[in-house]
Amino acid sequence: MTTTTERGTPLVEMRDIRVAFGGVHAVDGVTVDLFPGEVVALVGGNGAGKTTLIRTLSGAHKADSGQIFINGEPVTIETPRDAKKYAIETIYQTLALAENVDAPSNMFLGRELLTRWHTLDDRAMENAARTVMSRLNPKFQNFKVAVESLSGGQRQSVAIAKAVHFNARILIMDEPTAALGPSETDQVNDLIQQLKAGGIGIFLISHDIHDVFDLSDRIAVMLQGKLVAIVNKKDVTKDEVLAMIIMGKLPGEVSASELEHLRD
Amino acid sequence: MTQLDGRGRGRFSSAIHEMEIDTRMLGMIGALLVIWIGFQFWSGSGSWSDGTFLSARNLWNLSVQTSAVGIMATGMVLVIVSRNIDLSVGSMLAVLGMAMALLQAEILPDYFGFGSPWIWIISLLVGIVMGGALGAFQGVVTAYAGVPSFIVTLGGLLVWRGLAWMMASGRTIAPMDSTFQLLGGGSRGSIGATWSWIVGGLASVGIVFLIINSRRQRIRFGFRIRPRWADYTIGAASIAIVLVAVGYLNSYFLPVRLAEQRGGGDIAFGLANPVLIAIGVVLLMTFVATRLRFGRYVYAIGGNPEAAELAGIKTKLTIVKTFALMGILVGVGAAVQVARLNAAVSGLGVNTELYVIAAAVIGGTSLLGGIGTIPGAMLGALVMQSLQSGMALVGVETAAQDVAVGVVLVAAVAIDTIYRKRASA
Repeated sequence: MTTTTERGTPLVEMRDIRVAFGGVHAVDGVTVDLFPGEVVALVGGNGAGKTTLIRTLSGAHKADSGQIFINGEPVTIETPRDAKKYAIETIYQTLALAENVDAPSNMFLGRELLTRWHTLDDRAMENAARTVMSRLNPKFQNFKVAVESLSGGQRQSVAIAKAVHFNARILIMDEPTAALGPSETDQVNDLIQQLKAGGIGIFLISHDIHDVFDLSDRIAVMLQGKLVAIVNKKDVTKDEVLAMIIMGKLPGEVSASELEHLRD
Repeated sequence: MTQLDGRGRGRFSSAIHEMEIDTRMLGMIGALLVIWIGFQFWSGSGSWSDGTFLSARNLWNLSVQTSAVGIMATGMVLVIVSRNIDLSVGSMLAVLGMAMALLQAEILPDYFGFGSPWIWIISLLVGIVMGGALGAFQGVVTAYAGVPSFIVTLGGLLVWRGLAWMMASGRTIAPMDSTFQLLGGGSRGSIGATWSWIVGGLASVGIVFLIINSRRQRIRFGFRIRPRWADYTIGAASIAIVLVAVGYLNSYFLPVRLAEQRGGGDIAFGLANPVLIAIGVVLLMTFVATRLRFGRYVYAIGGNPEAAELAGIKTKLTIVKTFALMGILVGVGAAVQVARLNAAVSGLGVNTELYVIAAAVIGGTSLLGGIGTIPGAMLGALVMQSLQSGMALVGVETAAQDVAVGVVLVAAVAIDTIYRKRASA
């Protein structure tokens, strides 16, 4: 496994993060890191704590304890606004779009462009949206309609365009392709490669083991709130990752017969 | 708008499309015209020329009667758009009206002497500021304590009504300061023919300016521009409506005796002050709703509260502001009502919350949140007031009026819901 010293300072390091809901430890002492230009996949079954962990980084939920470092500096992230300050952008599974307003308004929600009289500069926002979108999804033309009338892929484009426009350095993608058809999924996957090449660090939460192997550099496996391990994609097989997700057993610990069993 | 759909359009509907006119708004204007024409015939027992509904006098009265509810309905739009409701509007109107009346009739004259300009200024300011404070208080309980606004303002409905009674032990407080009365309209509280034409002229200039500005902005960013004929048509039609309205209202003259006191002849009332206030409020609130960040946040919260929160919007503070704004507008509405009645009575504003909510909803505001426009609410208020005053004119009894308004409210929302379903399908 890569160590910090070999690769310099990580873009993000989340150290010993804990979150409890009532008596349940949703995230129980998890430590993960992320380097520039890297995709770290977070995998695990339902309720493993992936989304909760990542929500502490995006400011949607406060961690009970633990520390977050950005470029080696300790930071406090308590609100989505804090996260944006550190160029952390999140694409939520639900996409978190206001259905009743148009794409540019959604992209700039909370960070509107203003005229010198402090009124909304809708045309400048539309213009910026068109610029970003021409790069991400040139076919996208519905800039003036409420996003509720857009397709799943188009809505996904809006969410991603937001992250791109605001120069995200750390991108969190929670099940980005769950709601998409095959060609739209390919489009998003291409985009992830593009962003990665641009030096952005990406946390990718996914259920799809094939996507995970296609896109990620490292895979962090969680089970019942705990980190099972972080492995290099090159060092493991899909079956070994499945064994980690389901049984919490590391590649060395799992027997051939157990692997056989998993395939059924 | 930028996307041309493949469906075949008729020439009329494609023209509407090119002009970027909201078809729902057009539908409401159509409904209003049907109501007006219907009552014109009905009030003339089937004869157009004998009808009195479309007389200058009746329309002038209609314009004044619509003002107070319309002013408050613009605030209700934002409250409902953010997925809340304010049931306390009528009772709050009573408290604020009573406070303003007590100040000018019983308290302030002791300090300033009768007729001092401070009396109406302080009364009005106190009413508006108090409205903002009471509204903000309800907003804080809703947003920060997490009590549903339905309950908070239902409590407010009872509390403010009770306080309004206690403030004057049920007495009627009168008369109002003579300057304050001007807020209510009437022969003194109207601006006369010349000033009405000036207002109409300014409005026309404003319309031209808006159209030119929109065109310039679109050219600046290379967006699709509206065809010139569409700009000309919209501009000409809007200006024609404004000038015809002013001209027609200007043909309502003072009664002969009042006119003689002012030198005789035909002296027009002109636009009434409450109408000017309502127009100002519509412009201001439209600006707030569509051009300011606050307005955008209100709509975003109504569309998806979680997304708004995740976008970093201070959603709770935004909710408090919507209720405060509602309260301020109730203050303005209360001033108009009290000035018009020239008194504050303990029954002031009973059921007003229902009319205000109904106006917003008839005007296209969705109780599910996220959808609603300010001009729509004003039009909704006009539709409702037209129905009521039309029925009163033809002699429908009050109980039957309520039945009719209730039916229209439900029917309007039903039609709108069906329309929306079809539009989204």
